[in-house]
Amino acid sequence: VLQVIKYESVIHEFDPYFNYRVTQFLSKNGIYDFWNWFDDRTWYPLGRVIGGTVYPGLTLTAGTIWKVVNSLNIPLSVETVCVFTAPIFSAFASWAAYLLTKEVKGPGAGLTAAALLAMVPSYISRSVAGSYDNEAVAIFALVFTFYLYIKTLNTGSLFYATLNALAYFYMVCSWGGYTFIINLIPMHVLLCIVTGRYSSRLYIAYAPLVVLGTLLASLVPVVGFNAVLTSEHFASFLVFIIIHVVALAYYIKGILSPKMFKVAVTLVVSAGLAVCCAVIAILIAVVASSPTKGWSGRSLTLLDPTYASKYIPIIASVSEHQPPTWPSYFMDINVLAFLVPAGIIACFMPLTDSSSFVILYIVTSVYFSGVMVRLMLVLAPAACILSGIALSEAFNVLTRSIKFQLPGIAGNPSIASEENGSSTVVAPNDIPKTEEAAKEKPAKKNRKKEKENVEKKPTPSKTEKRLLVLPLEASVIAVLLLVLLGAFYVVHCVWAAAEAYSAPSIVLTSHSNDGGLHVFDDFREAYSWLSHNTDVDDKVASWWDYGYQTTAMANRTVLVDNNTWNNTHIATVGTAMSSPEKQAWEIFHSLDVKYVLVVFGGVVGYPSDDINKFLWMVRIGGGVFPHIKEPDYLRDGQYRIDAQATPTMLNCLMYKLSYFRFVETDGKGFDRVRRTEIGKKHFKLTHFEEVFTTHHWMVRIYKLKPQRNRIRGKTKKSKSSRSVSSKRDVRGKRNPWH
Amino acid sequence: MGRSSTVKETQALFQSLRSAYAATPNNLKIIDVFVGFAVLTAIIQVVYMAVVGSFPFNSFLSGVLSCIGTAVLAVCLRIQVNKDNKEFKDVAPERAFADFILCNLVLHLVIMNFMG
Repeated sequence: VLQVIKYESVIHEFDPYFNYRVTQFLSKNGIYDFWNWFDDRTWYPLGRVIGGTVYPGLTLTAGTIWKVVNSLNIPLSVETVCVFTAPIFSAFASWAAYLLTKEVKGPGAGLTAAALLAMVPSYISRSVAGSYDNEAVAIFALVFTFYLYIKTLNTGSLFYATLNALAYFYMVCSWGGYTFIINLIPMHVLLCIVTGRYSSRLYIAYAPLVVLGTLLASLVPVVGFNAVLTSEHFASFLVFIIIHVVALAYYIKGILSPKMFKVAVTLVVSAGLAVCCAVIAILIAVVASSPTKGWSGRSLTLLDPTYASKYIPIIASVSEHQPPTWPSYFMDINVLAFLVPAGIIACFMPLTDSSSFVILYIVTSVYFSGVMVRLMLVLAPAACILSGIALSEAFNVLTRSIKFQLPGIAGNPSIASEENGSSTVVAPNDIPKTEEAAKEKPAKKNRKKEKENVEKKPTPSKTEKRLLVLPLEASVIAVLLLVLLGAFYVVHCVWAAAEAYSAPSIVLTSHSNDGGLHVFDDFREAYSWLSHNTDVDDKVASWWDYGYQTTAMANRTVLVDNNTWNNTHIATVGTAMSSPEKQAWEIFHSLDVKYVLVVFGGVVGYPSDDINKFLWMVRIGGGVFPHIKEPDYLRDGQYRIDAQATPTMLNCLMYKLSYFRFVETDGKGFDRVRRTEIGKKHFKLTHFEEVFTTHHWMVRIYKLKPQRNRIRGKTKKSKSSRSVSSKRDVRGKRNPWH
Repeated sequence: MGRSSTVKETQALFQSLRSAYAATPNNLKIIDVFVGFAVLTAIIQVVYMAVVGSFPFNSFLSGVLSCIGTAVLAVCLRIQVNKDNKEFKDVAPERAFADFILCNLVLHLVIMNFMG
């Protein structure tokens, strides 16, 4: 929530603006209109079926909160609710992490894990006040679903199985990442079966979830029949069949004598194998007949990281889909990065169903986070859980060693056992307060007092582990160091939250020379100009990054936006931006575009402007329209805009719209982002006219010039009238309207 | 020779299966009959769809999944009520039945919503 104090209560980034607009619509028009909404202000001229293509969980949650709060006569606006939904749900996620870890290891580990999750930078980046995106709610749903699954596994109660299915439904409503759950749980079930840990609780945990979960998933319009038709769900059905076979096998084993069972096994194996092979052959034929084997593009990117860059440049171009660098691991989960292996080891002793699940969770999420940086978010809860387990185990061992050796614990034989939930963060020299009379375990070293030897009853403990008692000084120092580690973690998290992740990215700041704060509010300036100075029905063309913000804040129809569902349409816009002025004008005119919006960072040094994104425009455009060839824009394999740039580059629309009149800023045309002087400095625009440039030249809006009424032929009259102008069009005296 | 011994073994196998199954208490047998009925209904629906075509798909899906769902839930109930299962001896059969009812309620609510 630091960002609300630093800047103001505003929605960040790009995607949240779309969610905010949808929530506005929902609060204004009610749920039936929302369900059937066809949005015609985006993806002009195609429109977008909002009801069928959006994950409704987030908007419905915020809409419900807004409705409930307003019916209690607390006047909160929709924007406030949207901005603060994320922090509320991150608090819930912490609570869910506590529950989950408590199921796996015990309350002490649970508290540690919850405290870690409350601060981990990776999750904070997605749950700042203002980051109104699907993940804010989805991570809570993810952890909560896992908690209910583990709880069902541990207790075998159908009640929790129902709750599990309902939580899974909420997850499906919220985020496309639900496929992670529906593949992880079958994997875990398979693991349990293979390692011989099958039990009837496993059946109760898994089978109702599959049936109810598939049904509930098909209820959500975005998923619909994909819940049974796509390969992402096949794993769950396969394991469903397998678990039935295994359950039947165990049942028959239970009621038959061993000799008869062997006969049954041979019979079944021989007959069943033939049937199995036939079924599998049919399945493989069906799946292999589709070109992508039934997987969606994004899932294929996850499995094969190089897939997107080869086949789908749009997925490759999103910065969140790039693989993360090593420093980003340390930045995002800090200390947890090396506590996780300790946690994995702690999970192995003892290995229960739930701890094997957590291990599987962390392994898969580490792999997937290595593919896409935005999936670090899925890694964060797993890392927190395992680090919580590791830390609490470490503290248990150390405080126990200290307790054994502190003189003066007279007569009291109780020693904290493995399940003790006593405070793990309290300074070790306090006499431990909560001592439960737990079962004793014999200790190896002889440094204990005699009265404790008396209490050495051979009680059956859950774990056969023998305690090791460390020397007193070593354990005290170790506890101090661990506390220090935790302190470093807290400091880093607060710093990261304040500096790196609190920027709303729609308002930028920088520090001027005298230490004051300089605010760049150019985006909102441009959008409000658009909403005040253009007609409601005017169409605005820009690169797809800004689509959501334009429809939400400027309230104008756009061609393409961040949903990126139509690659050809985006390629059309990309081609237009890469073409010379005349062709670009024709493309835009055919799409009824009136205004073109370009983001330019050369004056202030803003690095994510359209010229830096230009290579994607060329690649995506070139993927669909073969006359755009990337080598035309490259000089020595690089995109350049200085005097060495190629003529195609210097003539394309993006260059012209970005650098029109740029020399007027400093006389030389020095681009601060690319750090060179631009190549073509003095030129005029023939088909576009500049209508607005923001204060720091960050957003530039151009209008398409209307077509001339008369076609001016190549007469001497036209040539002489044009020779009067001082600045000549570099392209020569040709009539531009040919 | 191996053939006839296999046949004899198979017969002995079925005999022992039948005798062991006859020993299960009556309430479990009722649940088993219910499960069998549900699975049979599901199979009939699949055959019908194969004959008639799968439009509208959501009705077919809801019908089949409701049958399979009730079958699965009945199996869970059987697991929980079975006195031979040591893991569940502290769960009263009434509680198991109440859970079963609740799950079925949720399942059929979803089914009715999805049928279209």
